Amino acid sequence: MKVRCLVAAFAAANLAAGAACAQDLLIRGARVHTASAAGTLENTDVLIQGGRITDVGAGLAAPAGVTIVEAKGRALTPGLFGGLTQIGLKEISLEPSTVDAELELLAPAWQHHWRPEFDVTPAFNPRSSLVPVARIEGMTWTMLAPLSDRSLVAGQGAAVTLDGRFDAVLGGSRSLFVNWGSAGDEGSGGSRAAQFMLFDQAIREVRQPETAGEGALLLPEGRAALKTYLAGGRVVFRAERASDIRQVVHYAKRHGIKPVIAGGSEAWLIAEQLAAADVPVLLDVLDNLPGDFDRLGARLDNAALLHVAGVRIAFSNDDSHQARKNRQLAGNAVAHGLPWNAALAAITSGPAEIFGIGNDRGRIEKGKAADLVLWSGDPLEVTTVADQVWIAGQPVDMRSRQTELRDRYLERLRSNSVR
Amino acid sequence: MTRSGWKLCLSAVCAATATACAIQPEAVPGPAAAASPAPEPARLPYSSTYQAGASGAPILIRNATILTGTGTRLDGGDLLIENGRIAAIGSKLTAPDGAAVIDANGRWVTPGLIDVHSHLGVYPSPSINAHSDGNEATDPVTAGVWAEHSLWPQDPGFEAALRGGVTTMQILPGSANLIGGRGVTVKNVWAPTYQAMKFPGAKQGLKMACGENPKRVYGGRQKAPSTRMGNVAGYRQAFADAQDYQEQWKEHEAKQAVFEAKIKPDATPPKPPKRDLRLETLAAAMQGEVLVHNHCYRADEMATMLDLAAEFGFRISAFHHGTEAYKLADRLAADGVCGALWADWWGFKLEAYDGIQENIALVDYPDDGCAIVHSDSDEGIQRLNQEAAKAMTRGSRAGLDIPPERAIRWVTSNAARSLGIEAQTGSLEAGKMADVVIWNGNPFSVYALADQVYVDGVLRFDRAHPSDQPLSDFSL
Repeated sequence: MKVRCLVAAFAAANLAAGAACAQDLLIRGARVHTASAAGTLENTDVLIQGGRITDVGAGLAAPAGVTIVEAKGRALTPGLFGGLTQIGLKEISLEPSTVDAELELLAPAWQHHWRPEFDVTPAFNPRSSLVPVARIEGMTWTMLAPLSDRSLVAGQGAAVTLDGRFDAVLGGSRSLFVNWGSAGDEGSGGSRAAQFMLFDQAIREVRQPETAGEGALLLPEGRAALKTYLAGGRVVFRAERASDIRQVVHYAKRHGIKPVIAGGSEAWLIAEQLAAADVPVLLDVLDNLPGDFDRLGARLDNAALLHVAGVRIAFSNDDSHQARKNRQLAGNAVAHGLPWNAALAAITSGPAEIFGIGNDRGRIEKGKAADLVLWSGDPLEVTTVADQVWIAGQPVDMRSRQTELRDRYLERLRSNSVR
Repeated sequence: MTRSGWKLCLSAVCAATATACAIQPEAVPGPAAAASPAPEPARLPYSSTYQAGASGAPILIRNATILTGTGTRLDGGDLLIENGRIAAIGSKLTAPDGAAVIDANGRWVTPGLIDVHSHLGVYPSPSINAHSDGNEATDPVTAGVWAEHSLWPQDPGFEAALRGGVTTMQILPGSANLIGGRGVTVKNVWAPTYQAMKFPGAKQGLKMACGENPKRVYGGRQKAPSTRMGNVAGYRQAFADAQDYQEQWKEHEAKQAVFEAKIKPDATPPKPPKRDLRLETLAAAMQGEVLVHNHCYRADEMATMLDLAAEFGFRISAFHHGTEAYKLADRLAADGVCGALWADWWGFKLEAYDGIQENIALVDYPDDGCAIVHSDSDEGIQRLNQEAAKAMTRGSRAGLDIPPERAIRWVTSNAARSLGIEAQTGSLEAGKMADVVIWNGNPFSVYALADQVYVDGVLRFDRAHPSDQPLSDFSL
């Protein structure tokens, strides 16, 4: 082990040193899972210059000064999607002083409680302890999603890169988040039917601001924010029940909204309609129990059924601390019938496309940002770990607070224990 | 209720305290009855009515990769099941007449998995208000409640766990309270009552909780405990009260003995103390009749609880959750306390902030280390094998060299040990219950699925025959 640690440390140091003088990199001899139509390329090289992938192919020549990484046949994938999370918006879930993901103004529930102008991205802290924990497991980006218990409209979020930069928002990814079905009950007076009623009112306030008098749902800022989403903006609806998903899709289309379904336990029941309307679904693959009456149809092969029907899918377990588990979701989807490449796509190119950053990220191909992960084995396997992660061509320091704790106590235990 | 029925009831409940039981009046057979054939013993209230079911013909599983749960791996191994028990394990076993032979070439066989921390049935699916039966959060010490009395056998989580190879589990009360009540160990079989699931002869558990949960629940109500020191004072007072209760029963027992010796022929029988269900449970824990399972995250708090156990003379069977167990791994091993842990949960509250992925491997590291992978989750219980695989991988990456035959113990024999059922199940050894899983490949893989799951030699799940798989009433 000591040898392996030393080798890893040496490799990391090397990469860091390489990055300091030049961030250009040639990864040689990898099993490249492109997450694109090119599929998997054996014994392939990937050239990274200026933080971008500039070439993918066999036997690439190494430009002068480039750092060379010998993959020795190991798997290389695009950086993975951490799901819908609050990484950088919270540290400890149960400590309110560390959580910035939810707006809870002290107004009565019916009064101005729709704040679609609430945008969580300025609260993002790239120095959060959650960032390295996710990043060293191959999660290079996540979608910041506001949470809401009380309001139907949670607010806006966006994708962020997890390389630690302060200005981390990825352009084109801004989305509005809305709770639907029983998840939105509290914000709609207890009936999901009222969710349409309230939305009708909000949309009228946007389109006919002069009607927004006493008892309006939206402030002027809220009207402005919602207006952008009524002109083809992306709205993530958290909905589980098939009948809700169906209504939401019709409703969204009718009002010029581009819907994304998050949750979708029963999406498989209306897979063909979702495919026809090109509505993507974010799933927690492992959510197979009837956790409530919205999810009586939950099943493990939801992802496989949606894929066969042609629905675009992505995976999210909506768990900030456990964003790294998204990879395990993908593996389980394979165990339950989803083709391997589709499962990889559901944590790489799929979500990148869904959230509007597919031109820049999510695939290994020329021109894309060099968010890459070199794996110890099959990238979807629970016995595999990330050997090295790069974000925008920069090697990630493969340490977190957790690895520091491990090293401290492993050392202590080894010197103390009788064995 | 008849008089003798009442006596039985008493002795059943206070099987809890050896003391208390010893002092109950003789249960029935007088001298005359003793001469006649022993009557069929009446069933103790709340006791197991589990029936293994007809085991049918012997089953010979051939040519599998077998992880025995004792730390051994057999390649090309055979396993023979007869009369619900493991009859033999080895290679090239002879099939008895009429045996069903299963060719398991390329497949893996393990003991049935055991989850020592589940809330299936007490926090069942669907998780709606009417189903919130896991925390009697009305007092910090509710040692008198039993999780089994909340257990809804129609929780669809049971059949899902069976698909994941789980054959035995302990259902515990929640962690709102310092002392939350008794847990129950069940066999994962479909049945309309919990009694029919109850693992025959298994001791009950006692759920205790450290740290944030009790102090948050009660502190939020301006009631003790609101601090960690309040927590500890709460446990200590409760056990001190139980010691006093034990003394009262001992005194009564002495008086009863005098009475029964008939020194004074006209003496009236002494009046027993009033039963106190809370103190009865705590006394049972001090007697070792109920096994203490302690929800406790932080290393320093675990050390406090070990001192508490020493002060009151009880043993902690396992610390549960223990995200910091790795900081105390050598102490846990030395004290013979298991760590029932998650592979990688962390950060959802401050006491879980130091969780690391090597926790299980580090707790496993010392010579007598007893690491257990638990779920505390209706999702996690469905894939304990994957959780163990992750923990194994992290340990191996840290240089601890953990092969699958070692890691499988975390979800089988070590779990059985903490529940006190290691003589019956948790490993594939001749004479043990035939709780067996046949996997379609290496169970330490995300792609592995259980092909067949046997409980006491009875095929309870068969992936090839979906129509024969158990289905709760709720799932219909």
